[in-house]
Amino acid sequence: MPHKIILVKDTGAVENKGVDFNTMLANQLRDSGAAEKASIVPVADIGVYDKGLVLRILPDNVTYSNVREADIKKIIEQTVLAGKIIEELSHDGRDKQLRIVLKNCGLVDPDSIDDYIRAGGYQGLRKALLELKSQDKVIEELKKSGLRGRGGAGFPTWMKWSTAKNQKTDQKYMICNGDEGDPGAYMDRSVLEGDPHAVVEGMIIAGYAIGASKGYLYIRAEYPLAVKRIEKALEDAREYGLLGENILESGFTYEMEIRLGAGAFVCGEETALIASVEGKRGTPKPRPPFPAVKGLWDKPSIINNVETLAAVPQILSNGGDWLAKIGTATSKGTKVFAITGKIKNSGLVEVPMGITLREIVFEVAGGLLNPEKKIKAVQTGGPSGGVIPKDFLDTPVDYENLGKLGSIMGSGGMIVIDETDCMVDLAKFYLGFCVDESCGKCAPCRIGGYQMLQLLNKISNGEGELADLDKLKRIAYAMQKASLCGLGQTAANPVLSTLKYFEDEYKAHIVNKKCPAGKCKYLLMYKIGEDKCKRCGVCVKNCPTQAISGNREKGFTIDQVKCIKCGNCTEVCKFEAVAKE
Amino acid sequence: MAVKSLEIKDKEVREKFKEIERFIGSEHKLNDNQGMLMGVLHKTQEVFGYLPAEAMDLVSDRLGIPTAHIYGMATFYNYFTLKPRAKYQVFMCKGTACYVAGGGRVLEKLQETLKIGLGEVTPDKMFGLNITRCLGCCGLSPVMQVNEDIYVRMGPEKVNAILDKYRKKETKKRKVSK
Ligand SMILES: Cc1cc2nc3c(=O)[nH]c(=O)nc-3n(C[C@H](O)[C@H](O)[C@H](O)COP(=O)(O)O)c2cc1C
Ligand code: SF4
Ligand code: SF4
Ligand code: FES
Repeated sequence: MPHKIILVKDTGAVENKGVDFNTMLANQLRDSGAAEKASIVPVADIGVYDKGLVLRILPDNVTYSNVREADIKKIIEQTVLAGKIIEELSHDGRDKQLRIVLKNCGLVDPDSIDDYIRAGGYQGLRKALLELKSQDKVIEELKKSGLRGRGGAGFPTWMKWSTAKNQKTDQKYMICNGDEGDPGAYMDRSVLEGDPHAVVEGMIIAGYAIGASKGYLYIRAEYPLAVKRIEKALEDAREYGLLGENILESGFTYEMEIRLGAGAFVCGEETALIASVEGKRGTPKPRPPFPAVKGLWDKPSIINNVETLAAVPQILSNGGDWLAKIGTATSKGTKVFAITGKIKNSGLVEVPMGITLREIVFEVAGGLLNPEKKIKAVQTGGPSGGVIPKDFLDTPVDYENLGKLGSIMGSGGMIVIDETDCMVDLAKFYLGFCVDESCGKCAPCRIGGYQMLQLLNKISNGEGELADLDKLKRIAYAMQKASLCGLGQTAANPVLSTLKYFEDEYKAHIVNKKCPAGKCKYLLMYKIGEDKCKRCGVCVKNCPTQAISGNREKGFTIDQVKCIKCGNCTEVCKFEAVAKE
Repeated sequence: MAVKSLEIKDKEVREKFKEIERFIGSEHKLNDNQGMLMGVLHKTQEVFGYLPAEAMDLVSDRLGIPTAHIYGMATFYNYFTLKPRAKYQVFMCKGTACYVAGGGRVLEKLQETLKIGLGEVTPDKMFGLNITRCLGCCGLSPVMQVNEDIYVRMGPEKVNAILDKYRKKETKKRKVSK
């Protein structure tokens, strides 16, 4: 087996000098006569972040971080050719993580089906088709495992499958939901790009279990690499007899096709996704009937999330009991989170259910970005989720616990919020997203969301009244109760949960006309501190509205009426003389 | 003069139309007309860079789907655009991480510098401005994308230098072509 160099697509390196690291590496490999010994595979994610250019070399399985141009030669000579590990470049992994879904990401070549098979791939499918040889037995393993949907709602996967299996029709469909719309989550993309065969294998097993003959992979058009990798995976699987007619001589016939999404968040919702595959505008329909009974082209259809499906092959090959040993009483297995915000190591982490938020923030992700600031809360669940204040950091993470705190697991976005972040502004951000993405079919969501956003704007502009808080709550409840789909039903969650825990902050905006975090710009005042100002006049030149007047003798002042709070002056002042308050 | 340039363009357009027709032909085996519409629209946008009215009429005619429905699709999905693209399409990430890291200020600076709003194109067709949700580089936020190039750890102070880079590239190109 040749050496393989797998490197992450490092955007920072491209930016620096326009050097293309891949080309550089390929050239040096050729020059050292090692071109035959190694191949270069760009991947989206190897689980190491913020450490410059990272590469991993297989089969040695060493990871090098902060790799510079000058290191390339050394790496080729010592590791590729001589198999030695270079200590000063190697990177230690994090420990509290448990990689099941991301097991292969960055470790196998996503374009090589052989690599995947060598890593134990397609054993789950083999077991399902050749050992269990029964749809019910496959579903039974899923039931034992306790796997619940990772796409948001956390519905037990076996139950959905079993409903669809029991439908008697000529045609059923299996659909993979790769629309990943939560604006801060990209685990599905990482799996699709880093381990496409796991998703393909999961889809085939699922198709077998429910009795489908056709599967669709609905993937965002914004993920071209994911689409390419899946295309290749489907092709290779077909060639190996794992897809198509009479799979593994078991008599099971199944085909799969890719469908491109087109940038509508609401298409992540099952019924909207189905409409989209049918070639219509992606607007949701009332449920029931549930897709498992009447879905794509009115046939029973099951929709599962990428991460859910990627866990399926291992559940089959290791047995359902294996997964059931990991996690809490109600939530089994692991969950991938995309952790960002005021955190040292942003990125994807996969942790067992039941780990506490504190462990994730302070151990797995390395603690706060700026340790001098205080942590205020953790937001989970994206635009449908809520904030969890710092007092609850020791809560073990599972579906039920997050729900009790007024948030949700969602697709796995996790934002660490410190004292410099404003809760009103955060609520505005998420609600603004939902208002943008509302499909407009039903009034509570279309109108309610917009009205709530207006109220939030009013509050952050310093024009809010206390009565607005009640109005917000009233509209929020109406949206929860009366919206047609999950988007509208949950759009108010970020507002409600910030109101629940941080009403004081809202009141500070309304009563004192102050933003405690210093984020809402209409409540800020920029002032030049006489003691620090060296009268250089740089701020004057950089003010877009000529709001700063004065001269070198008398000093400078800011006209608050003209000031548009752009912050240029603070930024350009070398003496930190312009303060905001 | 206008007629002449139109004629050249026409020829190009005709080629492009043919490409779309070929695509429809190859898809016919797999799907019914409605089911292939999304794919055809993706193909059309790939070929033209946007969805011109004539192309939507063509698709309508070949698939037997009313243009109104196609227009409805084209405006519903953010990915489709009805206007020609600028030479350099600037995408500012408005995902959560980039928002928390202060991406909003970069966007303001972009709007101020380019003097255009979201979804608009500068009069010289040089820059277009749009937002996108999470480019998957959250660890390096705020993130901005110009065509294929990604810029990480953005700040308002970096905007001018980056835009200038593309402006210079164009001036150089123009010099060479003269
Ligand atoms: C507005 C909205 C957006 C959604 N977006 C996604 C998504 O991007 N990916 C996803 O897997 N599920 C998404 N869902 C959840 C799906 O409707 C569905 O529950 C899920 O795909 C089922 O798969 P699972 O059982 O494996 O979780 C969304 C739901 C709503 C209401
Ligand atoms: S709740 Fe919103 S997104 Fe869902 S159907 Fe109604 S308008 Fe559309
Ligand atoms: S914040 Fe902007 S507008 Fe206000 S004084 Fe400073 S530079 Fe001028
Ligand atoms: S939020 Fe901008 S890259 Fe993820």
